[in-house]
Parts: sequence; structure tokens; C-alpha cells
Amino acid sequence: MPGPVQSIERAAAILRLLASSSGRLGVGELASSLGLARGTVHGILRTLVRVGFVEQDEASGKYQLGAALLHLGTSYLDVNELRSRAINWADALAARSGEAVRIGTFLDGKVLVVHHVFRPDDTLQAMDVGTLLPLHATALGKVLLAYDANAAAAIRDAELERYCRRTITNHRELARVLTRVRDQGWAASVEEAVQGEAGIAAPIRGYGGLVVGAIGISGAVERLCDARRQPDPALVGYVRDAARAVSRDLGASRW
Amino acid sequence: MSERYVMSIDQGTTSTRCILFDHRGRLVSVAQREHRQHFPKPGWVEHDALEIWRNLERIIVDALAQAGITTDQVAALGIANQRETTLLWDRVTGQPIGRALVWQDTRTDTLVAELARAPGAGLVAERTGLPLATYFSAPRIRWLLDHVPGLRERAERGEVLFGTMESWLIWNLSGGVDGGVHVTDVTNASRTLLMNLTTLRWDEELLKFFGVPAAMLPEIRSSAEVYGRARRVIPGVRIAAALGDQQAALFGQTCYAPGETKCTYGTGGFLLMNTGAEPVRSANGLLTTVAYQIEGQPAAYALEGSIAITGALVQWFRDGLGLISTAPEIETLARTVEDNGGCYIVPAFSGLFAPHWRSEARGVIVGLTSYITKGHLARAVLEATAWQTREVVDAMNHDSGLRLKELKADGGMTADHLLMQIVADVLNVPVVRPMVAETVSLGAAYAAGLAVGYWADLEGLRRNWHRAARWVPAMDPAVRAAEYANWKRAVQRSFDWIKPAEP
Ligand SMILES: Nc1ncnc2c1ncn2[C@@H]1O[C@H](COP(=O)(O)OP(=O)(O)OP(=O)(O)O)[C@@H](O)[C@H]1O
Repeated sequence: MPGPVQSIERAAAILRLLASSSGRLGVGELASSLGLARGTVHGILRTLVRVGFVEQDEASGKYQLGAALLHLGTSYLDVNELRSRAINWADALAARSGEAVRIGTFLDGKVLVVHHVFRPDDTLQAMDVGTLLPLHATALGKVLLAYDANAAAAIRDAELERYCRRTITNHRELARVLTRVRDQGWAASVEEAVQGEAGIAAPIRGYGGLVVGAIGISGAVERLCDARRQPDPALVGYVRDAARAVSRDLGASRW
Repeated sequence: MSERYVMSIDQGTTSTRCILFDHRGRLVSVAQREHRQHFPKPGWVEHDALEIWRNLERIIVDALAQAGITTDQVAALGIANQRETTLLWDRVTGQPIGRALVWQDTRTDTLVAELARAPGAGLVAERTGLPLATYFSAPRIRWLLDHVPGLRERAERGEVLFGTMESWLIWNLSGGVDGGVHVTDVTNASRTLLMNLTTLRWDEELLKFFGVPAAMLPEIRSSAEVYGRARRVIPGVRIAAALGDQQAALFGQTCYAPGETKCTYGTGGFLLMNTGAEPVRSANGLLTTVAYQIEGQPAAYALEGSIAITGALVQWFRDGLGLISTAPEIETLARTVEDNGGCYIVPAFSGLFAPHWRSEARGVIVGLTSYITKGHLARAVLEATAWQTREVVDAMNHDSGLRLKELKADGGMTADHLLMQIVADVLNVPVVRPMVAETVSLGAAYAAGLAVGYWADLEGLRRNWHRAARWVPAMDPAVRAAEYANWKRAVQRSFDWIKPAEP
């Protein structure tokens, strides 16, 4: 077991000090209270500002706790915000792949569909924003299971319901599949939730790399996969590009 | 040969966007920067034109870098812009004369009231298809000429140029003081109150009426033709289209046939119906405006229902009240309650536009009781957008004699599912969103691409349009009727708030 990390201890002390102060504090005040060099405190503050835990007042140059810290307990990305940020890239993915696009987040042991773009063939399709999909049987769900500890914990002791002949119902097999998802950076499901349907999905990352959701396409197996039931690499590429574009927008501008 | 793209600039009220589109009309990269809103006095709204120009320089570079392409892969550039926003600048130094006066700015209200009483005021609506209101550019030019010492003389000597934002950007891109072209397009010119809607030329009597020297005006051109080549930022690229943002959205939604209608939800909301080759006069408070003109072809016209405040109300909820930290959270908050709890918000922040045109109205929140929570207020915010849409749709149905069967919606607010459902509910028609929500940008790209032959014709563009989402009405008709009646009562209560200034 390694010892405590000094800079994290110091960062925690800075946060405690800011929290207990009634106004804002300057670098000098913080440094002398903690008995640290100004340069050290300044470096830690810069990182804390970057992650949003501390804010610097423009006029005085002094510091206070940041909004991100106040929302830490509820700091999941608002799903409506996620949709707003993703809408352009989800559209582009649907246009490029020719398939329907969904964005899912984890909710109560399921995948919550937070965004849905119709397949661009102008047939009548029903909006399914707000519906819940199974985690273990969909590509979106597998991405969440692979990267979101809460999602993984939610099904650890649950029975894996069978929807089709190919649904993965064995925990050990699912674990193997999820390892592969993490290795390759995307997930597929081929006739595991609905007969004749396949899906491909990739993770959407928010600030600091945290996975906040999954974006994916779904459609007929024969369009998404080759004769050996392997997902079309071009489509996988489109899905991953879209996931990266959304992630870039989330990371770059939210903080 | 490497793939070529069309670049589109959307110079909007709150931000400027640069988007690259490919041959199938698919979005390839986006770069965006917000600019500051200046509110020096109540009712005054200004933008710094130099800040906007600098933003443009940066986002063009960003968009190219994001797509990993070079300037020679850009087939053409098209510009869509916030309309009616008025800028004067010095022809010799290239410096703006003060800040741009934004379309929401109401400082000209006293001037407009005076002008309305002046002889010849009747000409305005007759020649331009627009009511004499603070919304449009001419009174702003006049206000600046009256208030900046010595400006009128300089303008008459041709030292001062007027333009809406597309003119400013084209002039700068094409060289600025060093040979920049000073042009505008028919759609933007149709919002000045200075252009004759039939001849598509500056109208001398209107110039005289508003006291605007002809020397300061840009040349009026079609919306899709090569105005010149860029000499800065993207040297050599053809600048090939300019449209007011709402006309661009109509074009991007491929509403090319009479009767086709779209509504764009951004800062404000704008419902436009293509009426074909003839201008249709409204008897119900709608505007008659130019939809677009392709070089060498007759202009297409549109009827427009303009709503001043839609997304801006959400912004106020966020920035003014601080009840949410991002605009999309309004949906999360609104979903914490079942209904509006009896509360209505009429966002007449700068008077009411279509179909009322009441510049003396101001915003009201009615139906407050101790039962009302911020959730109810959030719902009332979204409903305000929906009911205002209903009012302009009713006006449009009356004027056109057609019944709207489905609403094509676009703009930033279409990401809000609850809002889109409420719009479908109160209109009692389905609402559809196209696969490219950035229709303003797409329209400018389409026009530029047509002008340089990147796309062959309108029919080809139509085939790029796909439905991305559709919301169907699901509201009890009795509830709809009762709510609409309440909304109308709330609107009545916003009227007659600002007293005319004592002479
Ligand atoms: N999810 C949402 N729900 C409600 N309103 C939203 C949502 N997302 C954005 N908005 C509002 O939509 C507006 C932004 O939309 P958009 O980017 O289309 O604006 P715009 O009018 O085009 O802006 P500009 O004129 O700067 O181009 C803002 O006023 C914002 O408050």
C-alpha cells in the first residue's frame, strides 16, 4: 500500500480553508495559513480551477470554492444538456450511417434513451426518448456496463433476462465480453435484444474522461454486419467518430 | 482530387458559427464563439462589430482545422446573419462608428412614434410590406445620424457606410479598406424599411422619409451569386451567398414551393411561409418579406410571423434569475411538475411582435399563488414559446387560406423534447425536426453551393432533407381551448405598460 499523496492532501487543505472562509482568499493568505510556498499553492490552485473546484475572481485575483464542487453530490451531466450538446453529432452520425441513432445513460439498472434520431429514410418511426432498454442485451448498455461502475454494480447479482436466443445470460461470459469492449473501445449486440436487429455503440466521455453516456446506431443485422455477423468496420468508425466529437465538445466547453 | 466542402457562417445574435458541409449536406465540422451582449440602458442592446469580426477569423481557422482541410478545398462561402442589426463604419479607417444596434434594441421608440405621425408614413407599409416599428433598421440609421455629431455630413460625403452584419463581414473578408465590396442581399435589404418590395431597389421616397443619404447604402444583390473573393482569412474563396438568418433557415429546410413553412427557435422564434413569386399582404399582423433570390431569377417571397422572445426567455431564466445553470436544464426543471399550476409568462421584453406589434407592452407573470414553484415557472417559460407560435400560426392560416398540417421546426430549442411536445400539443399538428438542426447554416451553404455549381439545383437539395424526429399532438382539446383562452388573457395584461414620453 503506497503512502498518502502529498499534493492531494494539500489540495484538500486548500479546499477546507476556502470552505471555512467567509470571503475569498488570495494565494499569499492561503500559503501562509498552510505554511507552504506560494509557488506550490499557486500550482495546486491552477489545477483546482481547471477542474472547476475553485474559481478565481477576475477583479481581485482571489479564490473561492467553485460551482462544480458545490454540485459534486449531484454532478451527473443533466441528460437534457447531454442531448443539446450531442444533437449535431447524432444527426451527422445518422446521416452518415443511414441508421437510427440513440444516446443512452444509466438509470435504475437500465439504459435510459435520452436522444433518438430517426433512420434517414423518411419512413414513419416512433420517438422512443424516455424508454428503458436492458443493459446486458444492447450495445448502448454494454458500453455503460463496461465503463460505468454504477451500471456494473446494478446487475452484479441480478438475473440476466433472456430476450432472444443469443442474449448473454451468463455473468462470466458477460464479463469476458465487457473486457473486450474496454479493449476495443466500442460494443456491439447482434440479435441479443430483438431478433434480426443489431447495434453498435461507443462511450461518450465528459470532463476528465468520465463516461457519461453511450451513443450508438441500431438496425437490421444484414445492414450492420457481414455474413459472419461481424459489425461493419466503417460503421464502427462512424460511431466512434461521433462519440469522440461529442466527448470533445463536452470536455472542452463545459468546464 | 481531394473532397471539396462548402463553408457557412451563421452570424447570430449571441454567437457566430462556422460550419463545413459536404456534398450530401452533412455537417463535417463546427466552430463557434459567443460575443458579448451590451445593455447600456434599459431597452438598449448593442454588439461590438470588431469582436464579431475577430471571432469570425478564429472560428474559420478552427473549423478548417477540425475538418483537417485547407482553404483550396472550400468551394464557396455563404453567410447568414442576424437581421436588422444596424452598423455604421468609416469607409477610410474601417472602424465601426460605435457599436452595432441590435434588432432587439428599442431606443428608437419615440422616433418611430414621431415618424408614424409624419406625412408619408403610409408609404412605408405599402412599399416595404413591413409596419413602421423599432424592429427594423432605417430608424436606427436615422437615430445614429441624429445623435452622433457631424455624422450626417460625413455620411452625405460618402465617408460612412451602413450595413447589416453580412455587409460588414463581406466588406471585411473581401479586403476592407483595401477594396472591400459593399453589398447586401435582397432578404437583408427587405428588412431595412428602405427597399421597395417589388422593384428590389432602394426607394428614393423612403430614403427621403427616413432622412438616410443614399451614399451610405450597400448595393443590393441577389442572395446567391459570387460577390467577390475573400482576400483575408481564407484568401481566394468565393463569397457566394448572403441571406438573413430566417430566410436562410427557410432555404435550408428546402421550403421552395408556395405554402411550405418552417419555424426556427433560437433567441426569438420565426415562422416563415414561402408564398412564391408574388408578395402576399397580411391582414393579420404578419410581415411580407423576400424569401430568397437566386442570381438571374425572380425573387421568391414569404410571409413571416416574428416572435421576439423565445430562447431569450430561457436565457433570462438562467442569467437573470439564476434558477438554472444551463439552458437545457429548463426541461429538467419543467418536468418536475405536471402542469403550469395556473401560471403564465408573457415575455414582452421589448414589446410584442407578431401578430400584435405592441411596442408599449412589457413582460408579465400572471397567476402567481403560493402554490407556484420554480418548476411551474419553467413550464410557463416553455409554454410561452408554444402559445406565441400558436398565435402566429393562426394568423398565417388566415392570411394564406391554407391550414398548416405539419410544422417543420429547427434551431437550438428543438433539442428540448418537452418543448417540442408542447408545441405539437397546442398547435394540434405534428412537429418535425430535420436531420440538420442547423438549418440557418445549411441554407447559407446551399445558396452558396448553388451559386458556384457545387450543387446543381433545388430538387437535388430537397433530396438531402430527412426527418430526424417527430412529435404528435396528445392534448385534450378542452384543455387546449381553456389554456389558449388563459394565454390570451395574459397577453392582454401585458399591453399599455409603457407610457408615451411626455412631449
Ligand atoms: N434545451 C433547451 N431548452 C430550451 N431552450 C434552449 C435549449 N437549448 C438552447 N435553448 C435556447 O435556445 C437559444 C439558442 O438557440 P440557437 O443557438 O439556435 O440560437 P440562435 O438564435 O441561433 O442564436 P444566435 O442568434 O446567436 O444564432 C438560446 O436562447 C437558449 O436559451
